[in-house]
Order: sequence, then C-alpha cells, then structure tokens
Amino acid sequence: MSTQMSGAVEKQTWRSPRRHFVAQNSPVLLSVVILVVALTAYYFLYYRQLGALPDSFDLTTIVDNALPLVFVGLGQTVVVVTRGLDLSVGGVLSISVALAATQMGHGVGIVGWSLAILLIGALAGLANGVLVAYARLAPILVTLATLSIFDGLAIMLLPKPGGRIPTVLTNVLTNPNRPYGLVFLILALLIWFVLRRSSYGVALFATGNDETAATANGINVRRTKLWAYAISGVCAAAGGLFFAARTTSGDAGAGTPFVLTSITAVFLGGASLFGGRASAYGTTCGAVVLTLIVNVLFFAHVNQLYQSLYEGLLLVIAVVLGLVVGRLARRQA
Amino acid sequence: MAADIGGSAIEAIGLRKTYGHVLAVEKGDFCANFGEIHALVGENGAGKSTLIKILCGVTQPDSGEIRIRGEGLTLSDPQHARALGVGTVFQELTVMPWMTVAENLLVNDPPRGRSGLIARRKLPARAAEILATYGMPRIDPRALAAHLSVADRQLVEIVRALQRKPDILFLDEPTAALSENEVDWLFEKVKALREAGTCVIFTSHRWREVESLADRITVFRNGANVGTRTSLSEDEAVQLMTGRAIDRAFPKPPPLQETKPVMRVRELAGEGLHGVSFDLRPGEILGVGGLAGHGQRELFLSLFGAQKSTAGSIEVEGRRRRIRRPLDAIRAGLGIALVPEDRKAEGLLLAMSVRDNLTLATLPSLSQLGVIRWRAERRRMNQTISQLAIKSSAPSVEPVGALSGGNQQKVLIGRWLMTDAKVLLLYDVTRGVDVATKQEIYELVISQARAGKAVLIFSSETEEVARLTHRVLVMREGRVNAELTGTEISAEGIVAAAIQNQDGRSQRTSSEGNEVPA
Repeated sequence: MSTQMSGAVEKQTWRSPRRHFVAQNSPVLLSVVILVVALTAYYFLYYRQLGALPDSFDLTTIVDNALPLVFVGLGQTVVVVTRGLDLSVGGVLSISVALAATQMGHGVGIVGWSLAILLIGALAGLANGVLVAYARLAPILVTLATLSIFDGLAIMLLPKPGGRIPTVLTNVLTNPNRPYGLVFLILALLIWFVLRRSSYGVALFATGNDETAATANGINVRRTKLWAYAISGVCAAAGGLFFAARTTSGDAGAGTPFVLTSITAVFLGGASLFGGRASAYGTTCGAVVLTLIVNVLFFAHVNQLYQSLYEGLLLVIAVVLGLVVGRLARRQA
Repeated sequence: MAADIGGSAIEAIGLRKTYGHVLAVEKGDFCANFGEIHALVGENGAGKSTLIKILCGVTQPDSGEIRIRGEGLTLSDPQHARALGVGTVFQELTVMPWMTVAENLLVNDPPRGRSGLIARRKLPARAAEILATYGMPRIDPRALAAHLSVADRQLVEIVRALQRKPDILFLDEPTAALSENEVDWLFEKVKALREAGTCVIFTSHRWREVESLADRITVFRNGANVGTRTSLSEDEAVQLMTGRAIDRAFPKPPPLQETKPVMRVRELAGEGLHGVSFDLRPGEILGVGGLAGHGQRELFLSLFGAQKSTAGSIEVEGRRRRIRRPLDAIRAGLGIALVPEDRKAEGLLLAMSVRDNLTLATLPSLSQLGVIRWRAERRRMNQTISQLAIKSSAPSVEPVGALSGGNQQKVLIGRWLMTDAKVLLLYDVTRGVDVATKQEIYELVISQARAGKAVLIFSSETEEVARLTHRVLVMREGRVNAELTGTEISAEGIVAAAIQNQDGRSQRTSSEGNEVPA
C-alpha cells in the first residue's frame, strides 16, 4: 500500500530548470543588471561629454583599473562563503605593492619576485587561517589585527611613497594598448569555475552552509577554512601586483581602500553574509561597477570627493533590490 | 559487504562521555548484529544520541572500546566510520540548506567529467535517478534544501544515507518529521536492508514503531544500558526507561459545562487554509486532526498572527479581533505553544535564562513604569516551575538551551500559563518528548481545561488527539473535513475521516483494515 502512496501516485511537482536557475541565481543576475545599468550610464555620459563613444582604449583602462579589486574580491568571496570576512586583504596588498616597488628590480628578477609576492600572500593568509580555523577566533578580529600588522610591515618596507615598478610588469599586466587585462579577468573567472567544480569547492560551500552538517558528511571543516584564507591571501597579493603595475610606483597605504571596497564588491555581487552563498561572477560585476562609478561621477561632473557617498548608496540600493528580487524569486519557485 | 548475517556488527563496551560536568554516557554497552533491526530507546537525555554520535565517529569517547565486525578500533572522524561502512541519519538535520537536493545527495561522490572536474550539469539527472531508485521521485533535485519542508529534508537525508549503501546504518529519530506514508516507506526500506544483511539501529519515541520493526530492543537510562531484549511490552519498556512504573492511561478530559463560547472562528483563510470555522468553549479541549500537512499548522499560525490570514473572522469573548501579528493575539488572550517542525526551538530564546523565557510574554504586567518588579517575577516564575515540574538547577541564570528537550517544551507551554491567556493553542507539544514528560503534559492540558481555559490541540500522534479531547476537527486540504464528538472520537475514526471525501466516500481502497497509528 505504502509504496504506491509514496511513489507512483504522488504527482510530480518539479519546477522547470530555468525557473530554478533564475530563482537560485537571482542575486548574481541582479549584479549583472546593475553592471549593465552602470555601463549604460557610462556610455551615455561619455557620449554627452565627448561626443563619441568610448573606444577600446577606454574600456581596456577600465578593466585594468578594475583588476586589482577583481582579484582581491575573488579571494574575499572565498572567505565570505565560509561565513568569514578577511579585512587583512588591505595589508597584504600594501605589502605586495611595497615589495614590488622596492625589490623587483633586483635579485631573483621580476618573475621570481612575483612568485615570491604571491607566496608571501599565501603565508599571510595561512596565518589568518590558522587563527580562525584552529584557534577558533572570530574572523573579523583576527583579520583586523593582521590588517594592522601587515600595514605596519608595508610601512617598514616602504616608509614613504616612491620606489619604482619595472616597466616590464606594467606592460605585461596592464598594457593599455593591448587588452591583456581581459585575459587576466577571464583567468580570474576561470579559476573560480574550476574551484566551483573541485572537491575543495564542494567542501567550501558545504562548510559555509552548515559546519556541523559538513562535518557529518565527512568534510574537514578546519582545513577547508584554512585554505580559504590562504586563497584570499594569494588573491590579495595578486591584486597588489596588478595595482603596482598600474600605478608604476609604490605606496605602503595602497591597500587601505581595498579593505572595504572588496567587501562591497562581494555583497554587490549578491553574496550572503551568513555564508554558503556567493559567486565570483557576481563579485566581478560588483568590482567593475565600483570602478565604473569613478568614471560615471567624473563625466557627470560630480566632485570625486563624494565618491564614497555614491558607493554607499549603491550598496544600500543593491542590498534592498536583492532582498526584493530574492523574495519574488522564492515566490516563483 | 555485510555477509555475516547474525554476526556482531558494531559493539560498544563501557563507553563513557562527559560534556563539561554533565555525564552523557556512563556505561555505554551496546551490541548490534548484521541482519537485525535494533531499536535503541530511552527518555530524552538518556544518552542515545551521544552513543550514536560516538559510534559513527562524530564524537570521541572519554574512555571505552568500540568494535566493528569484532575488531577493536578508534574512530577518528565521520569519514573514517563511513569508510568502515557505517552510515547515519542524524537527529539534527545535516542537510546543507543553500545547496540543492542534488548537491546534498551527491556531496561526497559527485559525477565528474573527463577533466576530473565535477560535472555540475549532470548532478540533477544523477540525483533524480537516485531519488527514483529509492521511491522518492516526487522530490525535485534542483530545489534548494532550504525551500523544502522539514519532512522532505529528512527524506533527502535518509536517501543520502541509504544511497551510500552502509553495512551498519544508524537512524536517530528518523520518523519525527515524517507523515504516515513516509514512515511506511522508510520501514519498507529498512526491512529490505535487514534481509540484505545490514545492521540497522534506530531510535524513536513512538512505541508502535519500535514494536512493529525491532528484532531487539536496547533500553538506555541515565547514560547506561539497562537491558537488551528480543521482546518487550510497552509497560515494561516504560518501566525500564524511567526506572518506575507509569500510568500509561490517558487522563480523561473534564466534563464540559454548557457555556458561551470564548472563541469563535469563522471562515478563516490564508495560505494553505481555505475557510475554517469553529467555536471553542471555556474548559473545552478541541482537537485538530488529519494527515500531516493539511493546514493544521497554518491554522495555528493564523490564529496566533504568525501567518497572514486573507479572510475570515476571529472573535474572543464576544469581541471581534483583528490578529495580524502575535502581539495582537497575546492582547486578545491567546497563548500559543508551538513546537517547531525542526526542534531547534523557534519561540525559545535558547541563550537566555529559563526565567527570561518564562516571563517574556508577561513582562508588561510584572513591570512598573517599565521596570520589572523582580520579586513578583520570581514568585510567578517559581509557581510556574513547580506547577510544570520544570527541571532546572538555576532558573534565573540557566539558559533554556541547556535544558533537555522535554523541559524546553514545558517552558514553551509555561510561558502562556503565566499570561492570562484564555485560549491555549498547543501545536505538537509532545513531539520528541519522552513518555514520562508526555504524561505530565497530558495532565497539564487536562488541568488547564479544568481551570476553565479553552484548549486547541494538535498532535502528530493521532492517539493523543483522540484521547485527550472533547471534540475533534479533522482537517483535509485546508478545510474541516469532519467533526467528531463523543464516541465517534478514536484514532481510527480520525484517520478514516481524514481520508474521506466530503461526500463521505472513503478514498482508501487497498488499505482497509490496516493498523491505525497510535
């Protein structure tokens, strides 16, 4: 009797795959919409000011400007998935800029130093990871402390702005004449694509969903978190390389703005503060939008000093829209 | 492979586990064999769940020995246990909420493409296959687990455990959230596993399930094994579990006085609720019955303002009341004890003290100019605690989360006894509670009715609805399908009325004469 009742007789109540996709990805889709709106505003204002449409040079510049934030944001996304937060990305970025500005011309050469900088980023991230995952300290406290420490180290390395970034680095990472920037943007997304389809990706998202449940399913929650912070460290260091390449000289305070903008980018990209839900695709959209804002404000003749005001408004609007869209999508599902 | 039918599958010898200074398991001796279904019973806090957690590697014991297939070993983590063929369905759901059903089912073994990367596109089809194999094709593999009902989440959890084909399977309270059909489904699977030589160990608070399924029964009390038997009557079991004999008879509801109704509900409608009307008199215990998921929960939530009602009226003591949020309901004199579907207690503030939780809804009447009169508060609190026999070592400071499940449920009820609520809405207040506490809750319900309070009660155990009430509303598809009074009320009658069409014809065809749930 019961097999019949629970099996064949019960009607299928599946939703169509497309509806599921829209409902489950509504935050990311929203961030794409925001990106499109920002791009439209940019095109419109650019045309009104200059009487021409932005050419590939302008677009390459935007991508180059966005790259540091895209990479830092990518790492931040991985940490946010675990229900954590990495404030120390700013410090790691500062260190890598300072190292690039003071050391790159000497010793092991540009490639060697680039790898060394990424390694140092990984070590910094591992330090965070050990404290969060094994000493079980709150992520925000740990990374607040390490942010200060890394900032301090950066100032030791480069007490006042200056130094010189080898032109080779600039030419390779952010050559405005050739759209190399796009290559790295795609590379960043490709890294995420692979991560999402690896065993580590499953562990990462399971951990962020529910640590007890993840443990019960045989996932090593601590190790997963440890590596999440390490990835964030590497990404922040990479962000530093792109930043240094673009600015061509060093500043030990370079990372400070990235602490908050990387978090803004992640949440503009539709991530959940409670872990388990985040996407590098969304974060990338968020990072590009945050970069575009500068240009949009410039062409709209808004004082650049008000930039953070508009960033804040944008975040509030995005979060509220995200809530509304999320509700609607759930009702649909 | 579980070849060795009848051979020892898993053994615990003298396990001991303490949490802080609380002794969870003291003399954890246990042995289950391949090819048997072994029930593990005991009151809440008797140590069953801890024992299971130890035996599947989630928790490490302080001392004692574990043997799997006769071989002594230490389980380092759940993965280790799983590699040895131990599977578990945990009492706390271990389904990841923001992952899809498919991702949850295949979390350990996702399909991979040629590149070695997980083929995310293949997940739904693979999961659908698994769900169909296990007779649950209804569940949508693309849905997020968070959007499933608790019952469906539990089913996903069960299917995930089954699909890993364990030789030794633990089921910790697998049926608490399931409907009768789903319980039957599970039991069939479990019996098939036994035939195949698997060792199945399960816990349940429903004696009918234990009785109908188990080959052997082990009783735990205060963290120790107090007996393993091949057959056990319910009375004996209760005696073993509690260490004393308990009167299992349901107390009789008090005689009803002819009075004006204290509450009138007319055509109440909302999501999942399509026009429900009833009167409730002081001292009356009105049961709400029917199969799970036919609007019972929605009825309670709507009456308490926790769910929006779109039509209908609620009158309390002759006054029409608009109840749009719980505060309106409290002001109207309604009190609700709603035990949430997953027992992690909505309604209780787990980190706050027993006192704070009890007096939460009463604070305005205990305060002067916004300052709590703490003497009065303490007096009222002590009254309620002794009335309900809530076991708490220091109610003013002990967080509710530290109490056992049964005591937490008492606090939930106690909160509304402290208010001057005229109507008590009790939704499944005995779920997951041990026999002794159940008995206490029955007595409490009856005494409240005797004191003139009106009670609306729902229970997932139909027997309780049948035995404690004056009248029963049987719900079907968000409406009252039948009203039973007097001698019409019986568990059989309620189930029959639940599956009848309104024209009175039974939809049940092949299942006539089946055992009715107790």
